[in-house]
Amino acid sequence: MEALTYSIPISLLLGGIGLLAFFWALRRGQFDDPKGDSERILSTEFDDKPKS
Amino acid sequence: MTASPLLSERASPSACPACIAAPSAERLAAGAAPRDARLILSLPTAHCAVCITDVERALHRHPGVRSARVNLTMKRVSVDAEPQVTAADLIGTLDRIGYEAHELDPGLLSATETDKRGRDLLMRIGVSGFAMMNIMLLSISVWSGAEAATRDLFHWISGAIALPTVLFAGQPFFASAWTALKAGRLGMDFPISLAIVLASSISVFETMHSGHHAYFDAAVMLTFFLLVGRYLDYRTRAVARSAAEELAALEVPRATILRDGAEVVVPVGDLVPGDLVRIRPGARIPADGEVVEGTSETDRSLLTGESLPVWAGPGVVLSAGEVNLTGPLTLRVTAAGRDSSLHRMADLVAAAESAKNKYTSLAERAARAYSPLVHLLSFSAFGFWMWQTGGDLRFAVNISAAVLIITCPCALGLAVPAVVTAASGKLFRSGLLIKDGTALERLAEVDTVVFDKTGTLTMGAPEPENLADLPPEALAVAAALAEASGHPLARALAESARALGVVPASVQDLREVPGYGIEGRWGDVRVRLGRADWIGAEPGTVTATHLSIEGQVPLSIRFADRLRPGAEQAVRAFAAQGKQVWLVSGDVQGAVADLAQRLGIADWRAGVLPQEKAALVRDLTAAGRHVLMVGDGLNDTAALAGAHVSVSPASALDAARTASDIVLLGQDLTPVAEAVRISVKARKRIKENFGISFLYNVIAVPIALVGLATPLAAALAMSLSSITVSLNALRLK
Repeated sequence: MEALTYSIPISLLLGGIGLLAFFWALRRGQFDDPKGDSERILSTEFDDKPKS
Repeated sequence: MTASPLLSERASPSACPACIAAPSAERLAAGAAPRDARLILSLPTAHCAVCITDVERALHRHPGVRSARVNLTMKRVSVDAEPQVTAADLIGTLDRIGYEAHELDPGLLSATETDKRGRDLLMRIGVSGFAMMNIMLLSISVWSGAEAATRDLFHWISGAIALPTVLFAGQPFFASAWTALKAGRLGMDFPISLAIVLASSISVFETMHSGHHAYFDAAVMLTFFLLVGRYLDYRTRAVARSAAEELAALEVPRATILRDGAEVVVPVGDLVPGDLVRIRPGARIPADGEVVEGTSETDRSLLTGESLPVWAGPGVVLSAGEVNLTGPLTLRVTAAGRDSSLHRMADLVAAAESAKNKYTSLAERAARAYSPLVHLLSFSAFGFWMWQTGGDLRFAVNISAAVLIITCPCALGLAVPAVVTAASGKLFRSGLLIKDGTALERLAEVDTVVFDKTGTLTMGAPEPENLADLPPEALAVAAALAEASGHPLARALAESARALGVVPASVQDLREVPGYGIEGRWGDVRVRLGRADWIGAEPGTVTATHLSIEGQVPLSIRFADRLRPGAEQAVRAFAAQGKQVWLVSGDVQGAVADLAQRLGIADWRAGVLPQEKAALVRDLTAAGRHVLMVGDGLNDTAALAGAHVSVSPASALDAARTASDIVLLGQDLTPVAEAVRISVKARKRIKENFGISFLYNVIAVPIALVGLATPLAAALAMSLSSITVSLNALRLK
């Protein structure tokens, strides 16, 4: 039963990281255009570096 | 888990313009001194990856544009550019590569662009989803036999996760239940809130007393599934609303008035009788008035449905909404705002709308039957078990909470939104925009279709009919004259001549005589193209322009309105579906009869006034028919508002689009017939979904009532029914 003392906090922590990642993505507007994003993956227009 | 950061990093270059555009836009909004242009254009025809690349590439190449980002979900593009770049330039650029674009008013759109409410709901879904998964892990251990101290520990941890989650994620339900309660109603949200609160508090109590059953997972799961339903519902409405706003933002109503000899641009609302308004060719007349200077022709097809242009000169009274065609006019305003004929039309619409009885949606009807029943069941279970156990409060409350949780409308909350989302997504892809959530249900009941003619079944754009009969020489002269004019008939003629490969004759001294036509010199001969009375030809009954070459008999070039693409298919499809089709137009007998015959419509009426159109729709409704009205003009507005459900093309006038439930974004009319078919299917799916929810309740409620419902049973039944309902919605073809 000792295993529980770490496994539960670990699972909560991992889940929490996932949740934070979701918040981050949401705030950055990554869910604003789901249809466009699914089409953009087919576009050949990209470059290796982020545009500045 | 490991793959996702990699993926998102790799995706970021292509996703980048937005991340850069967004903060810079925010900085701009904060108030940097020389304001850059932030333009939003609507792109009704964009639909694929190629469209995105084409549009973005073209805009990036446009001088002065810093960044352009297409949002395909909303079908629009936002552009950051230097101040001198105007929307008109960009629209021209896009037009050249074959994309239709309209300017949108960013002020009107700001609310939908940031989409705060949608994000807020998504955030709550995320939180409750996270909590649900973690609690479920713990619950599974409990269900598989965790005992005593371990079970209590798990319950405590579940509670520690569930309570804050429910408090945060459940807020939309609590708030809406509270508002309904204050208004003295028991909405769908009251039993939902009650179930969530009761499930949580009972679980806390049970946990404190080392009870066997805690419903934390059920409370969170309930919140999660219902939030998903709520989000879908919101999404459908947000897309529709933003598009409706786009359409409203399309026209920015302004008028140019002469004040002390200088031209001043003022909002149309500020016009007062006595103002002198300048109206350029191609502009819409902003207020009723009398012409004091200039001659021209006006197109009043949007007002009355007449397809023939009407002559206008000093002394002629014009109504707001007509379009000036050839020469500049100066108008003395006789009535503006409230008194104008436009406004009288709006009053007609208001009257028609208030007469239309409010439609109760299937979901509302279900909720109305459902809420009292659930409370009654739960309360009688409580009463029965209090009596049966001789006052065991804990047991009785447990049972009544279980009943509330089990009956809680997870599936019911998803039944309608899931189907409506699937259906309206399908319709949006085929170019139809549902403005009102219940429009889909109403569309399914339609048995009579009333079409307007000009601008609806036809394009409202004339096409010359008898060019082939003209001598080649005359055709060349006509083409040359037409090229020089801005009149719609002349432009149509020039276009057709070009399509036929006609080389325009060399005509000199071209001069447009506003309101009459255009004249010039062809060699030594004077040539004219224009109105019959000016040329000396016999005026006919159909739309026509006339060509005179000095010394020869004048020739008539007849025009017919081009049929809207898909008009024939739509009418045929409606007939095949067994619907009665009407053609009702304000245009003259001949033109309407022609079209009716061409499309095989037996019931048609010509020369109908706006009031009569509305009356016809009202009579049909009174006779028990469900009318679908398809129209675009001001003269259709009252009929559109009065019909059971209405469709107008995007090219229609503001008022007509506002009054209708569905807007046709593309030019093709075929999707309208398709929409009726889809709506019938959607209605069937909604009913099936209600059936599924009902069936599940029939099985689960007795189990809960006799006190055999465990948290496991509740979780299973809840998720199973929600998933079945969603899958059923996706079957929509």
